Amino acid sequence: MSRASATASPARPARLRWAGAMVLGLLCLLLAACAKQDERQVIRFWAMGYEGEIVAQLIPEFERQNPGLRVQVQQMPIISAHEKLLTAFAGDSLPDVCAIGNTWVPEFALLDALAPLEARVGATPSMARADYFDGAWDTGMVEGHLYAVPWYVETRLPFYRRDIAQRAGIKQPPKTWAEWQRAMAAIKREVGPERYAILLPLNEPEPLLNLGIQAPEPLLRDGGRYGNFRSPGFKRALTFYREAFDQRWAPTLTNTQVANVWNEFGRGYFSYYVNGPWNIAEFRKRLPADVQDDWTTMPLPGEHGPGASVAGGASFVVFRSSQKQDAAWKLVEYLSRTDVQIRFHGLTGNLPPRRSAWNAPALTRDPYAAAFRDQLERAKPTPKVPEWERIAMEIKLVGELLANRRLSVDEAAAELDRRADRILEKRRWMLDHRAEAAAGSGR
Amino acid sequence: MKASTAGWVFAAPALTVIGVFFGLPVLAAFALSLTDFDIYALANPDNLRFVGFDNYLNLLQNPLFWRALGNTLYFVAVGVPLSVTVSLGAALLLHSKLGTFKPFFRTAYFAPVVTTVVAVAVIWRYLFHTRYGLVNWALSGLGIDPIDWLGDPTWAMPTIILFAVWKNFGYNMIIFLAGLQAIPEDLYEAARIDGASPWRQFRHVTLPMLGPVLLMVGILTLAGYFQLFAEPYVITQGGPLQSTVSVLYLMYEEGFKWWNLGNASAVAFLLFALMTAATSGLLWYARRKGVE
Repeated sequence: MSRASATASPARPARLRWAGAMVLGLLCLLLAACAKQDERQVIRFWAMGYEGEIVAQLIPEFERQNPGLRVQVQQMPIISAHEKLLTAFAGDSLPDVCAIGNTWVPEFALLDALAPLEARVGATPSMARADYFDGAWDTGMVEGHLYAVPWYVETRLPFYRRDIAQRAGIKQPPKTWAEWQRAMAAIKREVGPERYAILLPLNEPEPLLNLGIQAPEPLLRDGGRYGNFRSPGFKRALTFYREAFDQRWAPTLTNTQVANVWNEFGRGYFSYYVNGPWNIAEFRKRLPADVQDDWTTMPLPGEHGPGASVAGGASFVVFRSSQKQDAAWKLVEYLSRTDVQIRFHGLTGNLPPRRSAWNAPALTRDPYAAAFRDQLERAKPTPKVPEWERIAMEIKLVGELLANRRLSVDEAAAELDRRADRILEKRRWMLDHRAEAAAGSGR
Repeated sequence: MKASTAGWVFAAPALTVIGVFFGLPVLAAFALSLTDFDIYALANPDNLRFVGFDNYLNLLQNPLFWRALGNTLYFVAVGVPLSVTVSLGAALLLHSKLGTFKPFFRTAYFAPVVTTVVAVAVIWRYLFHTRYGLVNWALSGLGIDPIDWLGDPTWAMPTIILFAVWKNFGYNMIIFLAGLQAIPEDLYEAARIDGASPWRQFRHVTLPMLGPVLLMVGILTLAGYFQLFAEPYVITQGGPLQSTVSVLYLMYEEGFKWWNLGNASAVAFLLFALMTAATSGLLWYARRKGVE
């Protein structure tokens, strides 16, 4: 390196001068930029995953409309986002506004990290409550207060192979569990012992959870103090789940063992795959051209007709610690606008939580999105206790034991209750403690 | 100044560093393990309870902890001897006069040690795939039915052990190689003149001379294998049916996934106690045998 520059001595002085001028120029530019930045208020905005990367494209328009504001977007990887947020909370370095997973809202509300938003929504006519899907909006409500506004929603429903279903003699998508079971039995007869009717990955809680949330009983009882998995409704879901493995409609496999889910779906290794809307784009991109007409989506069948499912996705929250909550809210308001949501859908394929955004041609003309539009009206939030993520993991583990015939349905239900009760022990103590304290101060 | 005082003064900077960066955190972690520190306590210190040894008692009653302990011991009991044997074998091969291309093989055997676990784990997951994996394809050539290596609870841990041994044996191999090269050649010469076969040369010259190196490699490997984490984390995520959950994996989940830092600290201390016991046992055995 040094030798190379020494041999190039004739050009050296000129080049050096050039470099010096460049550095100086850059410095000036930087200084000028810094000086200019100081005049604008900076909103710190954290967003997760791919969305965090893409949302930066929507920011220049916001900054043009709000000349006094500058948005600093920081992208968090989904895997470590939760840890990073908790660490930021512990270290008092949370941003002004953030998009977090819907299931995390109760946890951060309990930490008292979130600013209540009902007054702000009330003062923002462009964000009409009635325009949002109920399930999505409800995920932001904790103990009667609104802490989060949905950004994009997702729910899970079956992607399926229309051609295989037709060959098996199924004319229209099943609507009830019984119809779905008949369809899976027919497909299994059609595809033979080496292939399956449905993929229910054992390393995900969602397939079982989405069946269980259809139960008329809540998943937790007594204000989230105990598990309620021994309810008749949840047991019926466990029975349905177990049956799919017992009848060999579903393989006892995890996602990681199916080396490439899209390839296998394209090869017809399984015909139903319960998954989220992000897979619309993936299937379009990854399936071979000759299978492109053969797959589609359908609403999740329920026990006695179209069923409920879990309302997932991400929501905006404003942190209580922020000094710039007004500016942060302006950003939330902008990103929640129907036209911005439609643009965001175009960029990412994420589904908007507002009914008005669904009138956009991009969505009304999308045949795969229609089932999601239908399903979103029935999406329900998961129980709002901070321990929920952990209980969901136990649902996954017990579901795996059930699928492998290590537990019967009754044993699985009892085991789930036992595990959930152990996880909720601290919560019970706290609620009792709080009740005692309230009684004490009232005396 | 007395000689002993001067010694303390010289040692003081190092001792301070050890005290601040090792002693204090360990004490803090032990204190943490006596409480139920979790996200609730993070929100409001009033939610912190002193629970004494309850965390430890609960762990001892938790079937998952025993399961994780059993899995870890299985991994250690099979993995450590296997790893030491394979690395010694490789070192002997590389040391032997008959071997050719030695620098190439030395590099090749050492390569897995320096590659990232994540990258090679992805490749191994493909090699051991039930339907498309090279391993099952080779076995089918021998007429053996496909084995669900990573999906069957009985096979998942052996697969992980194979992976870990393959990944790590190069490191011990280099240490053994250095040890072998330090054995004086005249010992072998004397043994040969006495008519010792290669096997007897190995038993009566190589092994005794390698004693201290063997002990060190044994302890290092033991300590490393007790801390099994990355392999199951990347390949199986503790599954199937929690057959590859290790003690450290359990600690990670308790501590960093669920923020039950009290519980996680208790797991860490139990693991620490276990490792101390195992290493002391090994040292005691070595001392009795006269190797040190």
